[in-house]
Formats: sequence, structure tokens, C-alpha cells
Amino acid sequence: MNKRRFKIALAGNPNSGKTTIFNHLTGTRQKVGNWPGVTVEKKVGDIEKFGSLLKIIDLPGTYSLTPFSIEEIVARDFILEENPDVVIDIIDASNLERSLYLANQLRELDCKVIFALNMADLARSRGYKIDKERLSELLGVPVVFTVGNKGQGIEDLLKVAIEHAESGQDIPETRKVRYSKDIEHAISDLRLVIEEKSGPEFPYNRRWTAVKLLEDDSIIKKRLEQILGHDSRELLERAQQLRSRLAELFKEEPEIVLTDERYGFIAGIVKEVVTTSTRRRIDVSRNVDLVLTNRFLGFPIFIFFIWAMFQVTFTLGAYPMAWFEAGIAWFSSGLGAVLPAGVLRDFLLNGVIAGVGSVIVFLPNILLLFFCIALFEDTGYMARAAFLMDRIMHLIGLHGKSFIPMLMGFGCNVPAIMAARTLESRKDRILTVLITPFMSCSARLPVYIVLAGTFFAANAGTVIFMLYVTGIFVAILTGRLFRSFLLSGEDAHFVMELPPYRIPMVKSLVIHMWDRAKMFLKKMGGVILVGSVVIWVLSAYPKNIDYSVDYDARIDQARQYYTEKIASATPGKAEELSEMRAQEIKELVRSRQVEHAEKSYLGRIGRVVSPVFEPVGIDWRGSVALLTGFVAKEVVVSTMGVLYAVEGDTESDALRRALRNSGMTPAAALAMMVFVLLYIPCLAAVTAIARETGSMKWPLLSVGYTTAVAWLAAFAVYQGGQFF
Amino acid sequence: MNKQAGMRLSDMKEGQSGRILSVGGDLRLRRRILEMGLTRGAEFYIEKYAPLRDPLELTIRGMHISLRVSEASAIKVEPLEPANE
Repeated sequence: MNKRRFKIALAGNPNSGKTTIFNHLTGTRQKVGNWPGVTVEKKVGDIEKFGSLLKIIDLPGTYSLTPFSIEEIVARDFILEENPDVVIDIIDASNLERSLYLANQLRELDCKVIFALNMADLARSRGYKIDKERLSELLGVPVVFTVGNKGQGIEDLLKVAIEHAESGQDIPETRKVRYSKDIEHAISDLRLVIEEKSGPEFPYNRRWTAVKLLEDDSIIKKRLEQILGHDSRELLERAQQLRSRLAELFKEEPEIVLTDERYGFIAGIVKEVVTTSTRRRIDVSRNVDLVLTNRFLGFPIFIFFIWAMFQVTFTLGAYPMAWFEAGIAWFSSGLGAVLPAGVLRDFLLNGVIAGVGSVIVFLPNILLLFFCIALFEDTGYMARAAFLMDRIMHLIGLHGKSFIPMLMGFGCNVPAIMAARTLESRKDRILTVLITPFMSCSARLPVYIVLAGTFFAANAGTVIFMLYVTGIFVAILTGRLFRSFLLSGEDAHFVMELPPYRIPMVKSLVIHMWDRAKMFLKKMGGVILVGSVVIWVLSAYPKNIDYSVDYDARIDQARQYYTEKIASATPGKAEELSEMRAQEIKELVRSRQVEHAEKSYLGRIGRVVSPVFEPVGIDWRGSVALLTGFVAKEVVVSTMGVLYAVEGDTESDALRRALRNSGMTPAAALAMMVFVLLYIPCLAAVTAIARETGSMKWPLLSVGYTTAVAWLAAFAVYQGGQFF
Repeated sequence: MNKQAGMRLSDMKEGQSGRILSVGGDLRLRRRILEMGLTRGAEFYIEKYAPLRDPLELTIRGMHISLRVSEASAIKVEPLEPANE
């Protein structure tokens, strides 16, 4: 049977309960992706209802359709270009006046609109009553009451939406927003020109196009140039003339006048349909805010919340992380036992499993962090955090909301970079993503512990603390630098709603978390897998290395020598000898490992690049360690362990002794730490940057810039250290 | 109307009410502010300033809106007498 198909878009203000309704409609059948070319989340769900196949699209939450932010452009373009069968505008019933702004822009667009008056129960309890029939009549739009978080009215809403989509009925002209006389004149004037120039296939509503031209809408102007070609010239010129005439008349830009008049129209509607009882409403939200953004308590509480988030993400997250690690180790050794020794086993164990494993272990952190962030967002606290921090963040040219991602960077840069999504302005998002890697993540700490512990034993704590401070300092400098040269232009404004506090819904928190997890595993897994395999190949090959010593022969020799001696020794002596045998074999195996590392492709690359690192006091072994640190920064320590010839336990005194004996000076150690602090974010972070900025330009810039900064800083430290 | 007419929004104190006279600033910001409901004639109440005295929070059209002090300084307002409780 052929089922009818409908495309239904959900529009609405942020915090109108749109996402809740979307979750109710689609449940788990939703797909989360990005809108083409931008990092705005696109959620789509396919459902079957009343014998029809419905594609529900969740448009980004916006206050208006004026194409200023990406969200607004995305939402408007979708309606303009994809022609949904019906647009459901979710309206926060307790805030009708403000919601009607977007609602009226939708009506002007000439798409089929229905209103969902959401949370009407809450509005009523606050003494705010809306005459639904009157509203529907005045605006020529079907209206349905819903209570999103209880799922009430949702069925009804869909039914009305389908009926409306089928009816083919448009909003009567007479019900549209009427502007003042002079504006209406200008609109009809322009409309005539549009009608004259455009053919029957002209995709947009003509009245709306005229209004947009009067508002000097650059996107629509460009579209008209494409659609009408040469004919658009006259039209645009006419629009310009009318604009200047109106500007002169009103002593004000026409777009400002239009906005003003829309609000005037809305005020009239609100007066007709809303009755407010005189009962004084109790604003719980406001009382909560009296505490949470209090002049004295605001910051302590904020710091406590952040601390709690840190604890949950990284301390609590450490447990499942350990289980994952154990699980991977178990799987790896199990597989190792089953598979025959050879290239395939090496590839799977050291390349694939080690690589993928290094990513999967972050999953618990990611889930917990995003749970906390979703909690902050869904309760409405995120806006307050931005409110508190904006003054400070604005010094770096950033928005208050940038604080959370940057702070999370101290735990792990990957989720921190992903957390930058909460920022509305693209420039802010990119800037935050670019400076977050300077926040010293926890994977860098083992490197500091080893080096600072070895060379600055007494002051290790101070040295490590200073490294963190250096990172913050470089982040601030970078922020200011990029803000003035690369991402210049006005700072994002701070005109922002502080939405009422709400009790979050478990379902939406879980969906949020699950989305992140999927995205993390799918998109990051691939790149990181390839990256780790490449590093593995470079470090494992070539296989047949020309060893300076025939290690295998030496090992056999040693074994034979001791075995013979043991055979003829007393039992007590035999035990001692067998220990010596094990020791000697281990030494030999390790020497072979070092030589292998040195002669592998990676070692050769290390040798090649080592001249670059010479001025900063890092030898070829350090260079190789730094190169492998690209996979994950803690790998630096294990590589040093291999290269400086110590046993697996890298935090043991052996590595420290070996480092001291290697000729490394305290200045060189400090330079190395500074380098590790500042240089290339790890592979996972670079992937996250690519993903969040939506282009290869920014991750490449990040890699280049951070490495350059790291080298310069390390150079300054090392050369400066020569004077002491 | 009175000598305080032509005050800037950023001059208002916590707990004061006022009415918007005009919105200045660059066109983009101005339009954004208007779209958030801060239009001429709209009445507002200064809820509070952030602990670091910037940004500020006001209630207008039943909504809580925050603005930076620099943004608020481009908005001309007239203070209203506090309503009788």
C-alpha cells in the first residue's frame, strides 16, 4: 500500500519545550547529524502515524528568522528550500508575547504553520489564560494545547498537522501582519516589480520577498540575483530607493521600524487573547536565582558545581575507565593467545586494539561529562554560568559560555572541544576550540611527574603548577591574538535569555548522552584507528633490522651458559643463577628493543627531526617520544621508557636514573615539559577540532600554531636555562 | 518629562523599573535587542547585576534577559516611579 508521506518541521524559541516534544514524537527513532556545512545539530525522526509516514525535523531553536546566527539561517533555509508540508511552531504559553515574534515571521514566510501552545497548564497556574479559539481566528492558524513533558496533546497535534498539510489552505492575506501605511505602500510597490520580473516558478512568497528586500536581507538579495539574473538589478535598485525613502521618513533604518511594528502587532494580539488574573504569581525560578547568581554566593556555588562536574567526570569516570582498560587488556591477551605469532597478530594487537582501545577508554568520561552538561543546560543553569563568567571571559574576547569547555580541557581536551558546541556564535566556537588544547589535560601529567620528579624533586609541585599556569597564560594570549587577527570582528553579543529553571527530564538527558556517545565512537573511531595503525607501522617496521649485535645468538648463548652452570650447582646457588639468567636475557631483549626503536621508521624520522629539537635541548630519543605523543600524550612516557632502556614500569626509579644518566639537564627537562604542554593536541583532539569546526583548515592551523608556540617557548626556556 | 529623561539603561540600579526610549548601537546589535523584545515603550525591571557588575539582568515582557553593560549603555531609558505595592 502506498502511504502518504509528510515532512513536518518543528520550530520554536530555545527553551520552548521543542526538544521535549520532538523526543516524545520520535522516541529513539531519531537520527542526529549536522546540517550541511555547519556544526548545528540536525535531528530527524521517521515515524508512522495515522496511516502516514512522517518525517519530523527538529529545526534549531531561535527567537527570530532574521538570518544573523547560523541557527536562524539554517532554520529559515530549511523552510524556504525544503518546503516542509507543515511547520509546527512550539510556543511557550507562559511567554506568548515573545514567542509570537518568531510565529509571525513563520506566518509571513507563507509556509503552513500550526501553533502548539506548550506548557499551557503552567501558564494557567500562573494566572495567565489564553483564548485559543480567538488566537486561531485572529492569526488564521490552527492552535493546539500541549504539555510536552507529560506527552499531552501530542497525538492531537500530529492529527491537526496532517489535516492541515492535506487541506492546502493558506493563511488568508487579511490575517497577515499589517504594517503602517508608508511601509505597506513600499511593500506593494516592490511586489509589483517582483511580479513583473518573476515567472510562475518563483519559489518565494512575493509579499515576503518584498518585506525582506526592505529589510536589506543580504541572503535573499543574493538568491534573487541567482534566480532572476540580470532582472534582479532593477528590483534591487528599486528596493534601495524605497529603503532610503523610508529611512528618511522614519528617521530610522526600515528593518528597525519593521521589527518595532511587528511587536506592535503582537501587543495587539496578546491584548485580545490573554487574560491575566491579578493573582500575584510566585516565581520560583526567580527565587532560585536570588541564590544562584547572588553577589556573594554566586561564585562559590558555581565553583562547587564545576568541582562536582570534574569529580563526576574524571574521578567517578576513572572506575569504568579502568574496567574498559582491563576489558581491552583481557581481550587483547585472549586474542594474542589464540592467534599464531606473526604480522597479523602484531597488527591486530598493537595496531588495531591498542589504537581503538586508547579511544574507547574515554567513553565513560565523555558520557559523564555530557550528562553533566545536559543537566546544566536542561535545568537552565548554563545560562547563569555564562552570566557569572562573562565579565572574565570577555577579557579574552570570549563569551561567558566558553568557560565550561575550557575548564573541562584540564581533564581531557576531547570532550572539552566537543563541549564548545554549546556556544552560539561560530567565531566563539572556533576560538574556544583552538585555545582549549592549551589547557593541560590529564594525559600530560604523567610526563610532568616523571620529568619534574627527576630533575626538580624538591619543587616538583611548584614546577607542575607553573606549567598549568603557563598553559592558561598562552591560552589567553592566543585568544587575544586570534580575536584581533584571525577571528576579528565584533564580539558575540550577550543579549541572551535567562530561561526559567526547570526540572530536567531523564529521557532527554539519556538521549543527549547517547547521541554524544554514538557521535564520538563513529566519527572519531575511524580516524584514530587509521592514525594508530600508521604509528604502529612506523614503529614496528622495517621488520628485518640489521642489528649491530646478533641478539638472538647472544640470548641463546647466555641461556646455554647459565643452564649449564645451574645443572652443576647446589640448589641454593641454582636459584641465584636462574635469576641472573633471567636478568641477562631481559637486558638483551631490552637492548634489542632500543636498537629496533632506533632503526625503525619512527626512529629514523626521529633522527631526521632531531636537529630541529637540538636548540631546545631534546635529543633524538626525546624527539621520537614527542612524535609518538601525537597518538596520546601519555605515550610520551612509555616511549621514553623504551628508548631510555628501562623496564615496563615507567614510573619507577629506573627511568629517573636513566634520564639523569642520559645527560639531560634540568633546563632541557623543563623545555621538554613546556613542549609537551603546548605542542600538537593529540590525534583524538585534532580529530575533534576537525569535526567541530567542520573544516580541515582549523585543525591544520592548530597543529602548526601549537607546535610553533611550543618550540619557541621551549627554546626560550632551554636557552634561558643555560645562564643558571 | 523629568530631568532624568535620557538616562542610559546601564545607569539604572538594581530594583529600578523603567521604560525604553530608544535603542542605539550598531545595526546588527540593535536589531537583535529589538527582536528580543526591548522595543521602544516596553517597560522593564532591573533584576540584578552579575557579581562582577557585568552583565546585567532585566525582566521585560515576562522574560529574563541579560545584556552586557556596554550593550545596555546604548539604550536610552526613562525611569518609572516604583509601583505601589
